[in-house]
Amino acid sequence: MGYMEIIIGGIFVNNILLAQFLGNCPFLGTSKKMETAVGMAMAVVFVLVLAGVITWLIYAFFLVPYKLVYMRTIAFILVIASLVQFVEMFLKKSIPALYAGLGIFLPLITTNCAVFGACILNVDKELNFMKTLVQSTAYAVGFGLALILFAGVRERIILARVPKPLQDTSIGLVVAGILSLTFYAFKGMI
Amino acid sequence: MAKTLTQEFTKGLWEEIAPFRLVLGLCPVLGVTTTVENGIGMGLATTFVLVFSNILVASLRNIIPAKVRIACFIIIIATFVVVTELLMQAFTYPLFLKLGVFIPLIVVNCIVLGRAEAFAYKNNITLSIADGLGIGIGFTLSLAALGALRELFGANNLTIWTTPTSVFGVQQVFGANFEPFTFMVQAPGAFVCLGLMLCVMNLMGSK
Repeated sequence: MGYMEIIIGGIFVNNILLAQFLGNCPFLGTSKKMETAVGMAMAVVFVLVLAGVITWLIYAFFLVPYKLVYMRTIAFILVIASLVQFVEMFLKKSIPALYAGLGIFLPLITTNCAVFGACILNVDKELNFMKTLVQSTAYAVGFGLALILFAGVRERIILARVPKPLQDTSIGLVVAGILSLTFYAFKGMI
Repeated sequence: MAKTLTQEFTKGLWEEIAPFRLVLGLCPVLGVTTTVENGIGMGLATTFVLVFSNILVASLRNIIPAKVRIACFIIIIATFVVVTELLMQAFTYPLFLKLGVFIPLIVVNCIVLGRAEAFAYKNNITLSIADGLGIGIGFTLSLAALGALRELFGANNLTIWTTPTSVFGVQQVFGANFEPFTFMVQAPGAFVCLGLMLCVMNLMGSK
């Protein structure tokens, strides 16, 4: 697998939100306004790349040599939870502007399936270090792209007259389906 | 306690049926429901984790300090997820392979953490078991329903359970001439189906 394939595959073809269904709670929860969508997307890009790399290191240099692979679920979730805490404290101290931007979205990431799922997928596919880095970045960018596109559509939907039972999440899911269908068109690229 | 045991159990089946009413834990709902079997398997795995983490959280609720409770919940849940993973590898390996990444993902399923925080941490063990079972079975039912809808139209089959030797279910429900509506079993179909089911639930609820 070349790097180009990983990048295009991660962003478009195997888009983590629309093709692999990871991270759907924030997808629906934070996409009502563009501002929150951008905040969430940025926070995910930041944490997913870091978490992907760190969990890979832990997997390769700690879990595999000591034959603890079956403990990866616990190990990964602890790493992600503490990483999120650490990133939050670090940003608060050193880059307050970015912290203010990401704000409430950082703690939410601990229970974001996209981050955890991407880490598991990386080690499942037995990628090497560089490929893990590229793959995580591609997933993160794909997440951000899908979320921001979706938020754009949802802001417009508010202006439309939607039948009452279909309102809110229901129409949101249908729109997500159509968005996912458009991403299907990228299948031919690889 | 104003509510009885039965009420705690049955609320998860309809009133607070998690994927539809609360729109929580959507990743497995969308990701694995290409067949009824996957839906049931995923639902049962989640129910197992939910019930046991509820039991443990409820029995430790006076010991766990409030400040670090979320971290404690996550460790408890993660432990049971690992147990589930190992059990499924041992006994239902084909299903484990089909569900793939979604089994470890039970750790970050908002429903499980949500029940630990909102219910088990404040109630005794018996009530927590009832709550866990109720929510878990409700979750299983909704996964099975969505799986049935998608499998029926997308693959023209209904597979309830597969053993190495036989398959329980109906093949070719609409007869051999029915052209399967493949859209339903693909990724976009999941979103659209769930959206429409949610719409039907809203219609029924608003009466």
